[in-house]
Parts: sequence; C-alpha cells; structure tokens
Amino acid sequence: MLSGVFSFVSATLLVHLDAVDVAFTEAAVGAGISTVLMLSTLSLTARHESLNRRPRALPLIVVFLTGLALVYGTLDMPHFGDPSAPVQTHVAPKYINDTATEIGMPNIVTAVLASYRGFDTLGEVTVIFTAGIAVLLLLAGTIRENDGIRITAMEHHLVLRVVTKVLIGPILLFGLYVQFHGDFGPGGGFQAGIIFATAFIIYALVFGLETARSALPGRAVRRFLATGVLLYSGTGLVSFLFGNNYLDYSVLGSTAQAGQHIGIILVEFGVGMTVFAVIVSTYYAFAGQNPPISDEEW
Amino acid sequence: MSLENAAGLINYWLIILLMMIGFYIVVSRGNLVKKIVGLNVFQTSVFLLYISMGKVSGGTAPILTGKPEVFSNPLPHVLILTAIVVGVATTALGLALIVRIKYAYGSIEEDEIQKADDAAEFGDESNAGTAQK
Repeated sequence: MLSGVFSFVSATLLVHLDAVDVAFTEAAVGAGISTVLMLSTLSLTARHESLNRRPRALPLIVVFLTGLALVYGTLDMPHFGDPSAPVQTHVAPKYINDTATEIGMPNIVTAVLASYRGFDTLGEVTVIFTAGIAVLLLLAGTIRENDGIRITAMEHHLVLRVVTKVLIGPILLFGLYVQFHGDFGPGGGFQAGIIFATAFIIYALVFGLETARSALPGRAVRRFLATGVLLYSGTGLVSFLFGNNYLDYSVLGSTAQAGQHIGIILVEFGVGMTVFAVIVSTYYAFAGQNPPISDEEW
Repeated sequence: MSLENAAGLINYWLIILLMMIGFYIVVSRGNLVKKIVGLNVFQTSVFLLYISMGKVSGGTAPILTGKPEVFSNPLPHVLILTAIVVGVATTALGLALIVRIKYAYGSIEEDEIQKADDAAEFGDESNAGTAQK
C-alpha cells in the first residue's frame, strides 16, 4: 500500500518534470505489480522482522559521510533547468530537431527509444527477458501446475467479482491503445505490456490462479516471452538483410519515414509482448508457491 | 555560497537525501526483504536524478505539436522508462532468490543465514540444527 503511494507521488513529480512517458511507466508499475510481488514474497517468507541487534551508529555515520561527499560533488553541477548544461547540448538537440523529418512521429521519446537508440532498448529487453527466465528457473521447480487443487479465491466477494469483470475489458482495451498510440502520445510497448499484464493479475487475484491459468496457460506465456525478443531482433535482422544497418528501419517501407513507422510498430510490439510475458509468468511463479487461502481468513 | 546558487542545486540535495535513506535501509537492516525495499528507494532517487537533469526551465514534454517550443531533454526519459521496467524485473528476481533462501535456510535474516552457513562449514555442533542443507 505504502509502496503504491510512494510510486504515485514519484509519478506526479515526474509529470512536473515534463517526463510524461516515465511517469506513465512508474504509475503503471507502482499501481499493482511491485506491490503484489512484495506482498506475495512477504506471505511466503516472514511477516515480521526478527529483533535487530546490530549497532545503529556505524551505518548512520557511513551514510552521513557518503551523503556529505555527494553534496560536495554537486557544488560544480549545472543548475536545475539550465538550458546550457552539458546534458542539453550534446545529442538531445539532434533528436529534437530531426525527429520530425527523419522519423515523422510526434512523440520524440518513442522515436529515440525504438529507432535512434534501438540497440540500447534491445539490450534492456534482453535484460528483462533474462530476469524473467531466471525467476522461472528459481521458482518453477516448485510450481504445482494443474494439480487438481482449485484455489477458490474470493468466491464470496460479490462486489469485487462484478467490478473486476467490468474492469478487465477496458483495461485490456486501454493496454492496446497505449501500445499503438505510443507514436503520438505518451505510451509504448513497456507501459502497454505492464497494463496488459495487470488485467490478468487482477483476474488471477479475484478468480483464482487456476482459472487464470486455464484462460492463459503458463506454457503460452513462456512462448510470448521468447517471441517478443525474437520479433525485436528479427526486425533488426530484416533491415540488415535489406542492406541497411542493424535496426535501421528505413528500408522496410516505400519511403524512409514509412519504413521507420513500420519498424517502430513491430519493435514496440515485441517489447510489449516480452514485458507482458515476464510480468505474468513472474506472477504465476510467485502465486504458484502460495498455499490456497480459504475464504474464512479474509 | 549565495542563495541563488543553493536554489539551483536544491534538487540534487533532495535526491541525495532520498538516496541516503535507501542506502541506510540497505546497510542497517538484516532482513533481506527490507534490503530490497531500500534498493527500490535508492533506485527511485537515481531515476529522479536523471529526469531532473533533463529538465529545461520553461520547457514542455517532448511531444511535437507543430509549434516551435522548448522541449525538455528526451534522452533521460528514454533511459529511465526502460530502467523502471528493468527495475521491476530485477526486483522480482531478487524476491525469487529470497523465497529460495527461505526454503533452503528457513530464515531471511542475514545473521541467521550466516550462522547456518558457518555451522555447515565448520561443523559447529551447537548450531548444526538450524542448517537444513
């Protein structure tokens, strides 16, 4: 709960700093995923911390000295909002000035993310993919898949069930909108993947893990996991085979701009697919560990 | 130092404060879940550091509208929006490791895990019962 509030406050701050795309991501992540994962870990481990017998003074001194050194380091830094700071004069002006002609889409963040720095993003997607695989490796050995136990979560919570049923459709639709509108406004594959996954997590929370698994089997999610990364790197490979640089999409369409559009849509779709699959499979792995909660405990 | 100078740097100082809160949680707590929470706070402060450096005063969100405007730097936004999602994935990995540690040691307190490891390694009879390896 508190982590949700923390995340919401930082998202508001990010909007104020003009980073609408980032704020969107932070809000989508903080609203559900991180809190749900933290809670399921707590329920699997221990609810209370054992008495801490460590000395308190030493960490405090270390932290204070580090903070002091960092503050000393900031004294030479450019001032907040200074347009002539080194950060603002290096590559950013090129992105801002050339996006309209080279890529032809209004959202500069998406253009930089998927095209100018597409290689970076491919790396990030691979990290997410690897983390997802590692979670599956760590927890999958203990997952009980289709073992006949039907977890009857929240069967008597009529209001929750009805509201969830009404909400899931719009959430999925909104996820698709964010996915394909990322070229024009804030949004894109990262946010859309998380929103899409959130819909399935709500479904699993309210109707039970087994019901969610029968709607979207874990095997299918693992296919998505790999397909997303393959779609991304495959798009790069196609432009490579057409005689251009890796991940330079200009050759994919009749004009350079059309090619960039096609490439960015494909790449963002790959990103969305992988993020969605990682989040859902992580949730499945964690929730599969929990013993079924009986209704009386609520 | 002049007041104007301090006002221009206050964003860094607030971020350092948040960063040190996260750092303190990581080093002072023995509970592994709390260490992850501390890392998350630390991580948020790094995100804010990047984004606040990209802010241009009088600028708007970097979405072209056809009118000539001052835009904030889009590059930190790109780096951080991917970093947030990577952060969630790596946090999930850390939590999964903690769950496995709990299964192997029956505890997620650093001291007790260390004690169980020592007992397993040096064959200390008095603590042998706590190591379930």
